[in-house]
Amino acid sequence: MSEENHQEAADSNESERIPFMQQLLDNPFLLLFLGVTIPTIFYIIWGVMEIVTIPIAK
Amino acid sequence: MSVSPPQQKIWWNEPVPKSELIWVIIAFIWGLIMFFAMVWWHIYGEQNLSNESYRITAEDFSAKTEAMVEKYKVREESGYPVVHPPPGEDIYLIARLWQWWPILELEKGQSYRLHLSSLDWMHGFSLQPVNINVQVHPDYEMVLTITPDSAGEFGIICNEYCGIGHHLMLGRMYVVDERGN
Amino acid sequence: MLEQYRICQTTGLRVFQSTENLIKANAVVAVIFLAIGGLFGLSIALTRWKAVHLLPADWFYLALTAHGLDVLVVWIVFFEIAVLYFASSVILGCRIATPRWAWAAFALMLIGALVTNVAVLMGNSSVMFTSYVPLKADPSFYVGIILFAVGTLIACFVFFGTLVIAKQEKTYEGSVPLVTFGATVAAIIAVFTLASGAIILIPTLLWSMGYISHIDTLMYRTVWWGFGHSSQQINVAAHISIWYLISAVVLGAKPLSEKVSRFAFLLYVLFLQLASAHHLLVDPGISSTWKVFNTSYAIYLAVLGSMIHGLTVPGQIEAAQRKKGYNNGMFEWLRKAPWGNPAFSGMFISLILFGFLGGISGVVMGVEQINLIIHNTIYVPGHFHATVVAGTTLAFMAVTYLLVPLIFRRALILPGWAKAQPYLFGLGVAGISVFMMGAGTLGVPRRHWDISQADAILPYDFPGAANLMMGLNGMSAILAALGGFMFIVVVVGSILFGKKIDASTEVPIAPPEDARVVGEYGNEDHPAIPGTIALVGVFFVSFILYYFVNWKYLAEVWPLR
Repeated sequence: MSEENHQEAADSNESERIPFMQQLLDNPFLLLFLGVTIPTIFYIIWGVMEIVTIPIAK
Repeated sequence: MSVSPPQQKIWWNEPVPKSELIWVIIAFIWGLIMFFAMVWWHIYGEQNLSNESYRITAEDFSAKTEAMVEKYKVREESGYPVVHPPPGEDIYLIARLWQWWPILELEKGQSYRLHLSSLDWMHGFSLQPVNINVQVHPDYEMVLTITPDSAGEFGIICNEYCGIGHHLMLGRMYVVDERGN
Repeated sequence: MLEQYRICQTTGLRVFQSTENLIKANAVVAVIFLAIGGLFGLSIALTRWKAVHLLPADWFYLALTAHGLDVLVVWIVFFEIAVLYFASSVILGCRIATPRWAWAAFALMLIGALVTNVAVLMGNSSVMFTSYVPLKADPSFYVGIILFAVGTLIACFVFFGTLVIAKQEKTYEGSVPLVTFGATVAAIIAVFTLASGAIILIPTLLWSMGYISHIDTLMYRTVWWGFGHSSQQINVAAHISIWYLISAVVLGAKPLSEKVSRFAFLLYVLFLQLASAHHLLVDPGISSTWKVFNTSYAIYLAVLGSMIHGLTVPGQIEAAQRKKGYNNGMFEWLRKAPWGNPAFSGMFISLILFGFLGGISGVVMGVEQINLIIHNTIYVPGHFHATVVAGTTLAFMAVTYLLVPLIFRRALILPGWAKAQPYLFGLGVAGISVFMMGAGTLGVPRRHWDISQADAILPYDFPGAANLMMGLNGMSAILAALGGFMFIVVVVGSILFGKKIDASTEVPIAPPEDARVVGEYGNEDHPAIPGTIALVGVFFVSFILYYFVNWKYLAEVWPLR
């Protein structure tokens, strides 16, 4: 019976109880931000830094 | 269905079916193995691409190559100088439209510091039939230490498209067993 | 302002008039460019078949440039835009955001595609799809690509806008359906892709016009591949969404677990695009640390995503089939699948070929050191024909067999042709991939007019097996082209002459067989999927074997450091 109560409680304020990961996955713009930032940092910016630091031949 | 919203409103808390969970764990571990295989090979493997590179102008690279050719040229073949530098030496190979210049003659089992650069466009160094493939850029010099472990005549193909003469851009490399053989 | 819509008789989906028109326009242009690009492709394969050697050198390089652009970009991206509109507006049952902008996007993309094609056909822009500087094309070549990219970017934002509208107008409850989520992932990857393209192609345009004197080749290659490779990652997200879509519509399948499938897509958002590094593994000056981290998608996390989909897609099909009573033994569910329905057969062949040929070869050649024996050989096109043609193109063809009745409301003509087409095309493409990969291990270079090098001063003789492989590649290309031709005849023919479907007509070839039958099984009480586990086991063993065999090959080449 405690389970039932628990279930009802969950139904009534479910908007607050949506787990963080589900909120993330339901937010296309947050995902867009991550999907653009991560490759920009790790692939492009890091890569460009490697290229500009190549030394000049002796 | 995949074309309708999830049945449970809060689906993140659903338990994951066992078969899927096991597969996710296996696949994750396999990913770790593949990742550390690359690291491991850097430490224990014999075939790793060098990280040594420099910016260089076409004139400078060409001058270095010509100096080597002058010093170690042993003969000429089809208009190309054949160069036989002593083991351990810095050796240079020019990529340009549409040739690999000069012909290098190396000794089996010896190591050389091979410098690669292009004087004009991008080219692809492809040593056959060994099948070593390296991208060659203009304005950048890559230095890699090679140790030929088989003797014979090798072809150098260009495998980066470089214009209408691309398919004619071939070079050669000899590896001899002992000096002069 | 209420817009007109109809309720689809077979699926119960709401289809808005403006969405329907946009999907039709994008899909039709896509198919036209598939036909053009496919013909160029056939001419290339026939040139590389030594006994035929069809084109002269200049035409070969021209055709190769046009082939890459028309099929790898124009066909696939136009179709993806149609998929994005379908996955947002149709699946969520909501009007499309700013249809005028969507039409502007369509116009820009079409103009861009035409401008670039004209530049290539004029003969002074045979710079390949990659247009590496300092190879210089006509400025209009870059203008066309930039226009196309801007159009695509607008279309992506129309998609995001549509998601917002659907949420505001509450046309669905809870989270978006999995297919829409997958399409969102594709659109996200597209935004990064197009941004990279803009960063590098706009300066390149200025350079080709003489306003900038120099573009660094290494910088170009790094940023360009953020565009070139990521554009193929859009395809992966899009065609996996289509796998889910087709198994839902044709079989009523439902994800085994929303959580796992969406988590796999999340891994794509975060890590898939790092694999642009696959192209730079043998370039000078970029450190091994950068190479190892990026080429492995940050410790193979995006590969983990793909391996998850490799279980969940066939798994949900098995679950749906078992629910219908195909419960005997391990594989009755698979034997009794609707193999005569081209939507299903195309989807399943796409899944198998993408996983076994494209997926495994892609991971193996992306190993930093193994790339030394593969880079720029014809192994590379062998790999990506398995992913982009057998995977993406075949999946898009399969879903077209659903779109014709659902969106164009026409019955398919020549059902026999439609039935055979995915098999023929799949067989041809599998041949193309396998033989090119085989030739690549023998060192045959990609983008090369004539490996017999008759006129070279220092010729090199490839082993006879290399020529045999290239011949078999040519024959496979003929099969694939035949399959492509049948697809175009069936689709164009159906759109023009197919029987009109109205409320009372039965859809003859793509019946969503009682989608409700699957009912209530869900995440908790979910059926066992032994057949899928066996299939995944076979896949995993092949993967491991092939992976280590290639380390063995690598260990045999000259020591190098």
